[in-house]
Parts: sequence; C-alpha cells; structure tokens
Amino acid sequence: MILWELLGDHTFRTVLLGTMGVGAVSGSIGCFAYLRRQSLVGDVVAHSSLLGIVLFFLISYWLTGEGSKSLFVLIPGAMVAGVLALGLSQWIVSCTSVRADSGLGVMLAIFFGTGIMLLRWVQKANPPIPGRRGLDSYLFGMAASMTWADLVMIAIVGVGSIAVMLLLWKELKVFTFDPLLAQSLGYRTRWLDWLMIGIFVNGIVIGIQCIGVVLIIAMLVAPAAAARQWTESLESMVVLAAVIGASCAAIGTVVSAVVSGIPTGPVIVLAGATVVLGSILFAPKRGILFGGRKRASAAMQVRFRESSK
Amino acid sequence: MTVPAIQVEKLTVTYDAEPVLWDIDLTVPQRVVMGLVGPNGAGKSTLLKSILDLTPKLAGQIKVLGQPFAANRKAIGYVPQRSSIDWDFPTTVLDLVVMGTYGRLGWFRRPGERERADAMAALKRLGMDAYAERQINELSGGQQQRAFLARAFVQDAPIYFLDEPFAGVDVPTEKLIVQLLHELRDEGKTIVVVQHDLKTVGEYLDQVSLINQTLVASGDVESSFSEQLIEETYSGRSRICSPIVKGDA
Repeated sequence: MILWELLGDHTFRTVLLGTMGVGAVSGSIGCFAYLRRQSLVGDVVAHSSLLGIVLFFLISYWLTGEGSKSLFVLIPGAMVAGVLALGLSQWIVSCTSVRADSGLGVMLAIFFGTGIMLLRWVQKANPPIPGRRGLDSYLFGMAASMTWADLVMIAIVGVGSIAVMLLLWKELKVFTFDPLLAQSLGYRTRWLDWLMIGIFVNGIVIGIQCIGVVLIIAMLVAPAAAARQWTESLESMVVLAAVIGASCAAIGTVVSAVVSGIPTGPVIVLAGATVVLGSILFAPKRGILFGGRKRASAAMQVRFRESSK
Repeated sequence: MTVPAIQVEKLTVTYDAEPVLWDIDLTVPQRVVMGLVGPNGAGKSTLLKSILDLTPKLAGQIKVLGQPFAANRKAIGYVPQRSSIDWDFPTTVLDLVVMGTYGRLGWFRRPGERERADAMAALKRLGMDAYAERQINELSGGQQQRAFLARAFVQDAPIYFLDEPFAGVDVPTEKLIVQLLHELRDEGKTIVVVQHDLKTVGEYLDQVSLINQTLVASGDVESSFSEQLIEETYSGRSRICSPIVKGDA
C-alpha cells in the first residue's frame, strides 16, 4: 500500500512527525487564544514574524557569509518580531486614542509589509545572497524542506510551551475565564498575560516552516473552534484540539505526498476548516442541525403552552 | 473598638481627565452589610474595584482590617457583575466554584477532593447542589448569581464585595441571597454590596453609603438614608423612589 511505502521513507517520516507535532501543539495552545478571543493577536504575531525571519536570515549572512534557514536561527527571529509587534501595538494603544484592534492591525501591516519588502530585496540582491533560495517559502510554508535539526527545534519549543501550560494549568485557566477573579485571588495578572502571550507566540512560530506565516493562524483557531463544539470542559477541549490539529496535519502531509503539485500547508488548513464546518453543523449539543432542532422544539413547546392557555 | 474592615482615605479616581470618584473618605466597620447606593455612573463599581486595586487610583490610601491592601488582599472575596465573564466558557458549575479555592492552593498545586467537597458544601448552601455537573451556559440569571456567590464563599474571606448581586435575578434568588448575607454577617463577616433598588435598602442593609462622585453620606440606614440626602445624591435627575426609610428599619 502506498501509505506503507511512504512511511518507509525517512524524509516523509520526518515531515509527518514535524507537521503532526506542530498541529498538536498549535491546536492545544489555540484553545486559550480562542477562549480569550485573541485570534487577532495570534495573526499579528504570525504575520509580523516574517520580518524577524528575514532579518535573522540576513544577520546570519552578515556573520557567516551564508544566510541560514535553520529553525534555530529563524524561530528566535520570528519570536522577537512577533513580541515586538505586540508590545508596540500595546504601547500605541496606551498613549494614543487608537483602539486595541486598530493598533494590532497597524502593527501587522507595518511588520508584514516591511518583511515582504526585505524578502523581495533578499531575493533580488546583486550579487546574490548565498542561501536565499527557499526563504520565500516561509510565506505559505514548505513542509518538505524539514530536516531533523528543524524537528529538534520544533520539539524543544513545543514541549517547552506545553510543559509550562500544564504546570500553570489552574492559573492560566482562571486567568482566561475570569481575569478579575485571578487578580483578586492574588495572582500577578500582568505576568500571566505576558506568559500567555509567550505561549501563543511559541504555538505560532513552530508552524512557520510547514504552514507559513500567512496561514498558521488557522492551526491555532480551527482545532479549538471545532473542539469547543464537542466538549464541555477546558481539559477535554484542549486534548481534542490537539488530536484534531495532529490529524489535519497528517491528512495534509499524506495528501501532498501522494498527489503531486499539492502543497502541504494549505491542505492542512483546509482539512482544519472542514472539521470546523462539520463540527458546527453536526455537534450534538451546539451544532446547527441538532442543537438547532432542540432549540426549535423548545420554542414550539412554549408556543403550544401559550396557545393552549 | 475593633479596627474597621475597610478604611478608605482621600480616594480619587479618574478615567482620562474625567473624575469618577473625588476625595472619598469611607469607613466600613466590621460585621455589617453595607450598601453603596447612587445613580448610574456614580462610581459605585469603580469604588469597589479601586479598593481591590483592579483600577488605578490617582490618590488615596486603602486599609483592610488595619493593614495596607497589598498586605491583606486575600481578606476580600470579590463577586464581580455577572456580565463580566463569558458564560459560554467550557466548564461545569462545580468547577467554577472550585476556582474560588485556587487562592489558598498556591502556584502549581491542583485542587483535590477537599476543594471539591468545600465547593459542594457552598453550592448546597445556595440550593445549587443539584446543578453541580451542569454546564455554566445552561444556568438562568439567578442560578449564575448563586454559583458566583458559592465561588466567593469557598474563598472564605472575612470581607465580601458584591457588585450588583440582585441585577437580573429572580425573586426567590434575591430573597435567598439577602438571607445568606445576613447569616454571613451574623457569623462575623463584613459585606459591601452595590445596590440599585432604593425600596429595599431598609430591609436588606445595616449601613448605607450614598455616592455620586463624592461621598454624600455614610452610616446607619436610619441616619444616612434620609430623603434630603437621597435627593442630594440624585440631584437634578428624575427618579422614582417610593418609600423612604421606615422609622423602625
């Protein structure tokens, strides 16, 4: 069978492991972004990270004479740019009358625009910059270029942020649900806020290679949105989102390996979108089809009771 | 005389350049149910929040049981307005109440059997034990408020702040909450509530503070809740207020 052949291939196994890991980590972290309604924050981090990626590529070129595309170089760049964009937008909001969502939008535009410009320059520079080829694949992702070293970096960042999330589970949970209670219980909420943002940033930057900066936000939001429809506790929601994220990643990776000319990242994202659509249609309690029917029958009963009075 | 539960000195709070609270001096003695009364936008919720350091102060000192707030912050259990949280959060009623115990657990430690038992006891006291395993988005307004109160009770604080506990709740819930507040006071707790309904002030409260940016009056309901002072608090605004203080309230 073709799947067995694929699994025998070392490169394919590396890529599959990497994308599934990214799917699971981004999916579970995304639950907090979803519940805190911070999808836009995630998207700002994702888009802004392009600038950091290109800048750190250039720094590695100036230092060594060849631009590096190792995730050990580019992920820290993405983190710095993402956090800087958020920090600057908060600063603008705090000292002007610009509202939070506009502040975020402006930073996204500035960082992503500058990133695109620099990326173009890197590609067109004369004489050519060694190592530049493939740098543009960080826009839409190129899972096939994943190496073992990249996998190690993804594992470090992913396992690190999941570990922090589990250790501080109850603190992050109460902070997400009710920041006022968290503060009155004596937690340092400013600190928790930045910790949460740090975890979001990690969940985003590990996916820049296989999904790309433009689409990675989908891996944060889609599994969470789907999982919420089926679950009734934060614990089960996070676990289910991780499973959905990993499964979509596996589907995308296999499909793009089997069908030639199909890119991995977009297929993964489309698989996620399909699961979301299916969930909001068919989920037993909250789905449009069955949940809606329940609501309709309740409304009918009320009407019946009133008319029979 | 014992130290007051809350002592506010020269508190001023502004949003941008607009003053919200101006030079408030307020003392809440221990073992009373005190109501904060005033028109919409008078700064009642802001007063609670600035005592709790949830809102920045321009000036002012807060003492809780004789200590600075920072040293005694866990002495106050806070019940925010129901509308302040997302009731569609994936959690059960029991789990919501258990969150009240997080403060005593410290970092990293997870709630266990004891915390769940405490939460169940608090739910029982509010007649909500049958709803323990329900999703919080299935509750009515009154049930939400009861769950919120249960969460505050497991914090087991000597002082409670309740922001509009009667807003949008059914009559039985309102009666139950009042009865509980009186029980808690008799057990030695101090309670501060933001109250909208002027008609029930005499029945529900021991003390009242009339607030509209400044503190108009504060003290026993008999002395502070007079028609003239209420007029002053709500001055210029049209309002409906039926019976004022009953003599023997």
